Amino acid sequence: MAERTTAPESAIPCTDLVDHLFRHEFGRMVSHLTRILGARNLAIAEDAVQHAMLQALQHWPFHGIPNHPKAWLTQVAYHRALDVLKRDRRLDVYDDEAEIALTRQIDPRQGRAPIHFINEVADEQLALIFVCCHPSLPRPASVALTLKVVCGFGVAEIARAFLSTEIAINQRLVRAKRTIRDQNIRFEVPSPAQLPERLDAVLDVLYLLFNEGYAATTGDHLIKDDLCAEAIRLTTALTENSATARPEVHALLSLLLFQSARLPARVDAAGDLLLLEEQDRTLWDRTMIHRGLRHLDQAARGDHLTAYHLQAELAAAHVTADCFALTDWEHILTLYDLLQELQPTPVVLINRAIALGQVEGPAAALDALESIPRDHQSQRYRLRHAVEGEFHRQLGNLPQARTFFQRALACAHSEPERRFLERKLKTLANEPPSPHKIKSWINVSNRTDTNRLY
Amino acid sequence: MPQFALLLSTPESQYDNLSPQEIQALLAKYVAWREGLVQRNIYRGSQKLIDGTGRRLRSQNGKVLITEGPFSESQEVLGGFFVIEVPTYEDAVEVARTCPHLVDGNLTEIRQLDPMTPPPAQH
Repeated sequence: MAERTTAPESAIPCTDLVDHLFRHEFGRMVSHLTRILGARNLAIAEDAVQHAMLQALQHWPFHGIPNHPKAWLTQVAYHRALDVLKRDRRLDVYDDEAEIALTRQIDPRQGRAPIHFINEVADEQLALIFVCCHPSLPRPASVALTLKVVCGFGVAEIARAFLSTEIAINQRLVRAKRTIRDQNIRFEVPSPAQLPERLDAVLDVLYLLFNEGYAATTGDHLIKDDLCAEAIRLTTALTENSATARPEVHALLSLLLFQSARLPARVDAAGDLLLLEEQDRTLWDRTMIHRGLRHLDQAARGDHLTAYHLQAELAAAHVTADCFALTDWEHILTLYDLLQELQPTPVVLINRAIALGQVEGPAAALDALESIPRDHQSQRYRLRHAVEGEFHRQLGNLPQARTFFQRALACAHSEPERRFLERKLKTLANEPPSPHKIKSWINVSNRTDTNRLY
Repeated sequence: MPQFALLLSTPESQYDNLSPQEIQALLAKYVAWREGLVQRNIYRGSQKLIDGTGRRLRSQNGKVLITEGPFSESQEVLGGFFVIEVPTYEDAVEVARTCPHLVDGNLTEIRQLDPMTPPPAQH
């Protein structure tokens, strides 16, 4: 059992620091320590890994990078965690089980290391994802916690990505860890009986994580790109484990890949948003599109249709059209008809109306929009105003068009979005008040919509 | 050729809130800087000091007073040092100036090592 004393790592000495090594090692090491200490001690694991990395920053400048950096970090983290556990020996909170497990991990001569069903590094990471995305945690807390402990983001980075404060993010993280301890959430990949419900929560969180990154218009760009990449990395990990590689996971992954593939073409050199029809499709990432199509095939092997399936199909319809004019809007409308049965949310209904406008014209689209209830949220929903403005414009109702665009502008989230709507209003002023050729239109929303046109 | 010690001090808990990505980025700068010294053949060694410990002995009125670190009166903690070999103090300053250690709040002190050989009789 000697191999238990060090965490698995490649035998090749590393003299250079691979991109994102620390960020990814953070997640791997927290998973590994949490497996030993139990999910109740997630905070101790996290502290130990942060400590190890800070120690590296103190030592490596003077001593150079060690031959086995990952083993070095793991050993430092083990000993820090052990110190913290021992410090509590006289207190009620003292966790002797955790201390014994860790002692055996560090030195197998202290007794047999407990047998674990989770051994593989990949399984440890999956188990940690299931802890962070437990259904009893609020979704925003799960998103933040996943980013912090699985993806290795700092609190300040999470705050920047969410336009929040470090204090607010910290509170969310502390509360989440308390819930994990109080509810005695187990560190494991759930049993087949529990898996569907638990997996739903995980997919939900990964989807939110991706959308946070995809919202091109607010927050720190570099971090946002990383959020998308992390969502894809974790979803890929779920597809690589036989227990979790279910059709809806493949569906989500293909959706994320299709959306990501379009990222490079979404803004112009000045940072302005481009309509789907204005985008240079040669900039779309073909490799990602092909990966997405492969996963879409695997998604089709299931026996039930999920919203992710439909959204992935929708995204596929866009990325496989050679040019905008060749977009199969009738197929897209059919998919929206199905999706609105599963998810009758305002966003889905608005996007369905856009597709309807492409198939049957602006009047039909406006009728459909009219029937969507104007609840408080969708009143403020700028996508709806912008879409209504555009269809009025296409019908030649310029005063109404102006009113709606102005409403959309009033609740625009970001500079590029504002510039886009101002551009719209300007061209409106120069337009003759007559019915216009039906033009395709944008979807100015950037979250949780399915028919992303930019 | 003269040798200089670059003594790198840091205020305590300067780095506590860095993210893994930021830690790695900072480390990469140190590694590149150190590599540069080696390539220019001016690197002569480096040593890290252990944090938070240390003893100070002071002789006062015939008695020796021993205090244990960390020494709260000092704002900065000496983390470690590099030894480089360059012709002049000015060159040493230039090397220290390019060290990633020199970010807000940090301190670098340069001292020339005494070569421990008697100076040649020039006059």
